[in-house]
Amino acid sequence: MTDRPVPVISPETQFYWDGAAAGKLLLNECVGCDAAYFPPRPFCPTCGSRDVRVVEASGRGRLYSYVISHMAAPGYEPPYVIAVVELAEGPRMVSNLMGCPADPDALPLDMALEVTFEDRGDVTVPQFRPAGASA
Amino acid sequence: MTRAQVAIVGAAETTRLGKVPELSQTGLHADAALNALADCGLRPSDIDGIATAGHDVAEIAQYLGITPSWADGTSVGGCSFITHVRHAAAALQAGLCTTVLITHGESGRSNHRSHRPLFPSMQQQEFENTYGAAFPPMKFTLPVMRKMKDQGLTVEQIAMVAVVQREWAAHHPRAMARDPITVDDVLSSKMIAYPFRKLMCCLVSDGGGALVLTRADRARDMPSRPVYLRGMGGESLEGPMISQMESFTSSRAFRLSGRMAFENAEIDHADVDHLMVYDAFAHLPIYGLEDLGFVGPGEGGAFIAEGHTRPGGRLPMNTNGGGLSYMHSGMYGMYALQESVRQMRGISPAQVDGAKLSVVHGVGGMFSAASTVVLTTASKW
Repeated sequence: MTDRPVPVISPETQFYWDGAAAGKLLLNECVGCDAAYFPPRPFCPTCGSRDVRVVEASGRGRLYSYVISHMAAPGYEPPYVIAVVELAEGPRMVSNLMGCPADPDALPLDMALEVTFEDRGDVTVPQFRPAGASA
Repeated sequence: MTRAQVAIVGAAETTRLGKVPELSQTGLHADAALNALADCGLRPSDIDGIATAGHDVAEIAQYLGITPSWADGTSVGGCSFITHVRHAAAALQAGLCTTVLITHGESGRSNHRSHRPLFPSMQQQEFENTYGAAFPPMKFTLPVMRKMKDQGLTVEQIAMVAVVQREWAAHHPRAMARDPITVDDVLSSKMIAYPFRKLMCCLVSDGGGALVLTRADRARDMPSRPVYLRGMGGESLEGPMISQMESFTSSRAFRLSGRMAFENAEIDHADVDHLMVYDAFAHLPIYGLEDLGFVGPGEGGAFIAEGHTRPGGRLPMNTNGGGLSYMHSGMYGMYALQESVRQMRGISPAQVDGAKLSVVHGVGGMFSAASTVVLTTASKW
């Protein structure tokens, strides 16, 4: 697993990856808009306010869209799922699907998902799996 | 009565397209540029404005011996050259320069280039590539399953985009892929990124193209047949992270760019004789038809499958075969422009009889950018 790509982390997103290492999915949320956004940045992309906070997401989401890659990528053997997850808090993010075959029959859109975490050596990466799965 | 302000007076592609291992990327720019200059009887010393994307515009100027008073290096992906037409029109009308050369060259297949990639962006690298979303076929396609579920788009309709465009490519001697294909052929081609198969994905080619623009009143002195810009076109950006698109069933950048171009050209959809919609993958003409307003939301797939964009249809689209069949060097927008100019000059190998107005719409990155221009044979309207 450690040959998978690791993100180049920026100063503004360090908290997000630190959170993942601690087993938490952290989001930025605008105080004025009372809305979470993604990816993290120290201001609200809707209103421009710098009055934002860090919140722990529920970790729940749904399968919004996906492809099954049949091309190899660094650290990934095909076939593998690249999914877009819509978080319960609203924002969408890319994830793989753990504990789930790379088969369209196993991937109904809107399927309930929950966060899990993948260890890649120095970095821990948020991932999703079908809600209630054990992987 | 409105008079055209800006004209395309020179247009050409590289001498060869497809596999061109004997030329570097810089050489492809230059080959296309010299062909476009010859088309309108000009020399590099006549050019005082230059634009390109995906390559240092200063290197192209120096390589060709051009001393510009205006340059545009806008590089937002494959639609950049369409954006350059718009920017060049503004510069010509403001008097910043008199004659603009827009060049494209890309050694997409032979790879004789120095790599200065635009993508992945910083945020793509951090939040998308981390999950094995490393290449365009597995990113650009990410919204499509949602569009299929929400709007009833089918994989057979997506396959029909490739089938219809191959029908157009059969007319073009320079198209890379000209043999007829069926929906079954598309759906039995190699799986690339479910639900996308190989024949739904663009070619990978070497090539280039160039345009020469000047003010419409000067175009009359040129030996070539001018093609006029109607209105000022449109452009917009949404951004490189496809997961953050406002909607997965429609592109905001497509809608805004298209609406701007139609409004300032003062045209209706019924005025459009010919349409080019950049097709790096087969879903893009479907989004394009819907987001430009030729059909309603969710109706693009059926419109193409019913044959309305094929040879003899009422809205001829991607008449060179597109990125799926003609060529795709990586930044295809220049080839969409070239086919539109050929159609307006009446010289396309797949000529649409009597075509007088053409819309060219392009995407940059993966739904990251969009631009649209309207070209016409008419110097006033």
